[in-house]
Amino acid sequence: MVQPLLELDQVSKAFGGLVCIDRLDLEVREGEIVSVIGPNGAGKTTLFNLVTGIYRPDDGDIRLDGESIVGLSPHKITNRGIARTFQTLRLFLNMSVKDNVMAATYGGTHASLVESILRLPRARREERESNAVAEEKLSFFGQRLMGYRWNQPAYSLSYANRRRLEIARATATEPRILLLDEPAAGMNPVETHEITELIGQLRKEGGYTILVIEHDMHVVEGISDRVVALDHGEKIAEGTFEQVATNPRVVEAYLGTTGAERK
Amino acid sequence: MSEPPQPERSGPAIGADEWVARSGERAERPRGLVGRVQELYERIPKSAVFAFVVVCAALVPLLTSQTDNDIYFLRVGTVALVFALLALGLNVAVGFAGLLDLGYIAYYGIGAYGYAFLSSDKFGIHWQAWLVLPLVVAVSALLGLLLALPSRRLVGDYLAIVTLFFGQIFYIVATQGYRISFLGLNKDLGLDRANWDLTGGPNGIANVDRLGVFGLKASSERAYFYITLIAVVVVFAALTLANRSRTGRAWRALNDDTLAAQAMSMPVNWLKLLAVGLGAAVAALAGTINAALLQGAFPDDYNTQVLIIIYAMVILGGAGSLAGAVLGAFVVSVLMLEGLRPQTPIGDFTGNGRWVFYGAIIVVLVAAIRPWRRLAAILGGIVAFGVVVHAIVAATTDRGTDGLLNTGPDTYTDGGPLGWLIRHWLALPAGTYEAGSRNWFNFALVSLIGLVLCLTLVKGWKRDALIVPTVWLAGFVWETRLAEETSGPTRLLLLGALLVGLMIARPQGLLGRPRVEIV
Repeated sequence: MVQPLLELDQVSKAFGGLVCIDRLDLEVREGEIVSVIGPNGAGKTTLFNLVTGIYRPDDGDIRLDGESIVGLSPHKITNRGIARTFQTLRLFLNMSVKDNVMAATYGGTHASLVESILRLPRARREERESNAVAEEKLSFFGQRLMGYRWNQPAYSLSYANRRRLEIARATATEPRILLLDEPAAGMNPVETHEITELIGQLRKEGGYTILVIEHDMHVVEGISDRVVALDHGEKIAEGTFEQVATNPRVVEAYLGTTGAERK
Repeated sequence: MSEPPQPERSGPAIGADEWVARSGERAERPRGLVGRVQELYERIPKSAVFAFVVVCAALVPLLTSQTDNDIYFLRVGTVALVFALLALGLNVAVGFAGLLDLGYIAYYGIGAYGYAFLSSDKFGIHWQAWLVLPLVVAVSALLGLLLALPSRRLVGDYLAIVTLFFGQIFYIVATQGYRISFLGLNKDLGLDRANWDLTGGPNGIANVDRLGVFGLKASSERAYFYITLIAVVVVFAALTLANRSRTGRAWRALNDDTLAAQAMSMPVNWLKLLAVGLGAAVAALAGTINAALLQGAFPDDYNTQVLIIIYAMVILGGAGSLAGAVLGAFVVSVLMLEGLRPQTPIGDFTGNGRWVFYGAIIVVLVAAIRPWRRLAAILGGIVAFGVVVHAIVAATTDRGTDGLLNTGPDTYTDGGPLGWLIRHWLALPAGTYEAGSRNWFNFALVSLIGLVLCLTLVKGWKRDALIVPTVWLAGFVWETRLAEETSGPTRLLLLGALLVGLMIARPQGLLGRPRVEIV
């Protein structure tokens, strides 16, 4: 059997008495697009925070390519190849659009502060490379984030463009697996459709494996190879979109018991 | 399921989109003459502006002679440059990385004391400056890293409290360090003295060597001006390059959002240490220059009051802007600390501090109040208010308007034609400087501070109306109270009030960019 790229093994996380993730197993294979769905408070974002090292699991193991990443600090996990976007946008608002993306190349560059101040060859070369990476990642979104926008501060962007910039910034860390936290939240139908296509393109052109939290079922249906449903920190269903969407436990989690019984 | 509309992969109409997106920039740009001047200025490359300012600064000592007045004038410039160096260093932690580091003053002191230890009679060590300087700077940077280590996870107020503690410890060690003993057991341990003198205590360390290279000692005022200027230019250039590098971007990123910076591959703890360490190195450099300039290291030059002044410089100039830090240092140290002394001689004139004071008020009013009609109304109101008060006081009291101006140490004159204007605008009572009438002036000072604070609370025409008595009272307090003092707490109170006024007019600082926290 092929080794999964990302593997969660009996991972648990509790805050005080509140169990957010309960003995969760999850596998994401190279090149897959996996959606995580579940009602509010199901533990989806906590799952992302565990994988990216913001929280440390109480129990269990998280492995990237067979190597445990539990206990590593977030920037080291990002350097290993896991990048994420945030549900509540967390851009560097006072930096320019291009600087936002260039900042994320930090882990891929190595010139020390002294080298940068003296403008030694390595610092200059890396600066050129970062610049090229930023332009390449931004050009992925067509004209949306190009040209004059490069030098505008991120706070001047529209909501949809901020979501795009977050994705561009995450890809600038050159990840193997991309964690998208509600990429279509707050977008209008046209933009939502665009994001759906974009996620497909990210895999096709960027070669990223993608784990995505999404509430919009059209998006989930459109992109997912596999869907994982969470409720109260437990995996209640896993499979194709049709399998999960018709699973009685998922329906129950979303609509309540009466709804499930009537069905 | 209905077919969703096809997205436009080509994107929106760029021209119209750009016009809308840039409306903010157009709105911010002032129109008319000011706008045109600004446009022309923006077309000049930044490096050319930098070179021009450096050349102008380098020409200053050549315009001075060897008279006492000129030497004092040059000393004011050198002190301002040392402060510029300090403001630049503080700007790394505070402006770039957004860390409220209140222990900064310690590194300034470590630089000064470090230099004093290694180049004075205190311990009989007289090392070459080219050896001491890098050593002291490196040790201070290392200490910066070490002290930042326990506080690297702290943010905001918590970081401020812990670093303030480090700063205070330095001051206590400096003032109490003349009687160091190991738990009072020196004798029992077989050591030769009951306690050791390390820092000289409150008296500090005197007779510190001048800076020099191979027997060539820098002893003139000009030499120190140039040494400090070179240090400022080098540090400015280095920090500009640092700010543009990957590290600078990472500092700005963690300033905006530490968690996101972490998730975007930036080692935020290390970056914080680096920012504090780099700032500490710059502060130590300023400290060594200051010790050599004063030929001594004295603890009161490195206390919290000085720290607050450096902070005032950085915030006034605009946190995050290097040019702002230098400008802030000059405004605060030259205008407010030195220039505002009425007895400060500038050139051949004495009592110029008075014109700096009134000039600064007028500049702030002109810069902050738009449109011109409103400005004219307020200025007219200020003049009319003074004349009316003068007339009332002259009619109702005996000698209530007979006071003279203080134009030098224990010198009172009518101040010439401009002095005549001031005396007929303000109502200066005769016998101003007798002890008994002081209570009134203290009362006026407190009222002035109250009025300035009230200015921040009201808006619109009420503020405009309140500006009139505030400016008049400021002039009154200046002439009766502050012109008398050459140093002291009232001067710092005035500094604080002026800073409040300036920050209302420009919250982001003189050259800073307005920051957006949450949109």
